Amino acid sequence: MSEMLEIRWHGRGGQGGKTAVFMLAESLVEQGKYAQGFPDYGPERMGAPVRGYNRVSDEPVRLHCGVNSPGIVVVLDATLIAGSDVVSGLKPGGKVLVNSSKPPEEMRKILGLKDGSVYTVDATGIALEEIGRPIPNSPMIGALLKVTDLAEIDSLARLVGKKFEAKLGAKAVEGNIKAMKRAYEEVRGNQ
Amino acid sequence: MKSIATKKVIVLTGNDAVAEAMRQVNPDVVPAYPITPQTELMHKFAGYVSDGDVKTELVLVESEHSAMSAAVGASAAGSRVMTATSANGLALMWEIIYIAASTRCPIVMAVVNRALSGPINIHCDHSDSMGARDAGWIQLHSENAQEVYDNVLQAVRIAEDTDVRLPAMVCLDGFIISHTIEPLEVNSDTTVQEFIGDFRPVHNLLDSDKPFTFGPLDFHDYYFEHKMPQVKAMEKAPNVIESVGIEYGKLTGREYGLIERYKTEDAERIVIALGSTCGTAKATVDDLREKGEKVGFLKIRCFRPFPVKEVREALSGARAVAVLDRSVSFGAQGGPVMMEVRSALYGETAPPIKGYIYGLGGRDINPDHIGQAFDELKDIASSGKSSDET
Repeated sequence: MSEMLEIRWHGRGGQGGKTAVFMLAESLVEQGKYAQGFPDYGPERMGAPVRGYNRVSDEPVRLHCGVNSPGIVVVLDATLIAGSDVVSGLKPGGKVLVNSSKPPEEMRKILGLKDGSVYTVDATGIALEEIGRPIPNSPMIGALLKVTDLAEIDSLARLVGKKFEAKLGAKAVEGNIKAMKRAYEEVRGNQ
Repeated sequence: MKSIATKKVIVLTGNDAVAEAMRQVNPDVVPAYPITPQTELMHKFAGYVSDGDVKTELVLVESEHSAMSAAVGASAAGSRVMTATSANGLALMWEIIYIAASTRCPIVMAVVNRALSGPINIHCDHSDSMGARDAGWIQLHSENAQEVYDNVLQAVRIAEDTDVRLPAMVCLDGFIISHTIEPLEVNSDTTVQEFIGDFRPVHNLLDSDKPFTFGPLDFHDYYFEHKMPQVKAMEKAPNVIESVGIEYGKLTGREYGLIERYKTEDAERIVIALGSTCGTAKATVDDLREKGEKVGFLKIRCFRPFPVKEVREALSGARAVAVLDRSVSFGAQGGPVMMEVRSALYGETAPPIKGYIYGLGGRDINPDHIGQAFDELKDIASSGKSSDET
């Protein structure tokens, strides 16, 4: 990978978007890449639309500015699609990953996207079953890794264990890792 | 390029990078009051205090004015003192930051740059630290989390140097650096302790064998005399900042100077900035260089004292220069950096200069914006004339 990859995350306050952005960056650096992660800050409220960004490269990342033309868009909450242009600025041939139980062909129509690839995974459903709470961030990271080949899922799972065991407890960590791996297997794509 | 795997690399936000450096410094006293976007920094450091990772006395005060007052008191009493603030918090310290400098307290303070109200805004610009530029503090600006970490460690040495004995601010851009997670190389705790050494105060309020008065009344008889050593100390600071930067480079492979020249040697057009914009500007220079354009970038790492000689030298071959300011000096002849640069070049065979105000209140600046400045410099270079308009 010689070009820098830019990822834009769309979620709502409380869905773990910031954690996902930070976890992904940290895990990629552990695997020898250069990466950056930052959230868009505004009035932070549960449920308010929030964005986050990642940059990934084989070279040190020097840019410190907003991401306007992402190569990948990750949508943690499909209800955001009606109110905002989540695919705005998406690079030609870019990828969109949406947390939705709808098939990717249908999601493509909803997004009005002609170019690029669309992927869907029912991350909220998986999170409810495996973690017991509708927090879609872990499964969405799992699906993202399948779609991009950015990092090994096992390495990320280890990092999640290391970072969150003390805070969340062994059971919740296990649920998050299971959710991540299930989404990795269950994500579907339309290219 | 150095292999990233051979060094100890961790991933931190700019705020956490300051907290990590402070943990390694293990200061005697940290008086603190929280303000966005500095809050997470002190939150993290308070964790180190309560976990017993440092032996610091953390003094939780009721305002920033009190934070700086406690810092001055603790420093006069012979302690190594650090703190951090942002924006209106720095403004509330105003009265005491001048006293910290004139009392020659080598306090190190991280300033997470944020716009001053009003209107109310929590995002990045430099109006806070630029307003404090005449207070007598050394000011180092940081491009990324790595420089934040490195600058904090060097600031301790610079501030405490017996030729200097002045307080130092380490500036980092609010949110853009403070809340961005990125990889940085860190030193071992032992390396840091050896590098900074023990703090040996020249005067100590609590040393009853050598009684000493701090902060006395000082009228037209001696006030002027006491200002002169402060001026001289600031004049001596550049040499110290440079030698500390070289020593740090030998220790870590990351050398620092007063400025950083990026492809300026043969550049016809040069853009100048400080803080997080520097990385974005370097990437812009690389893009334009690939198209065959002779452009370069000059980073001001040390804004106080201002590196006049170095800036002159770096710009001596340029045909046009743009200065990017992230704050307004109302009614002045351009932004604060612009005025410094133009003054530095007065009387020299100077290239025409164009000033830009950008990024107020966190407004984004990307390579397209910097490219536009380089583009406008083309006309200025060929006509040899700029306008006074910023």
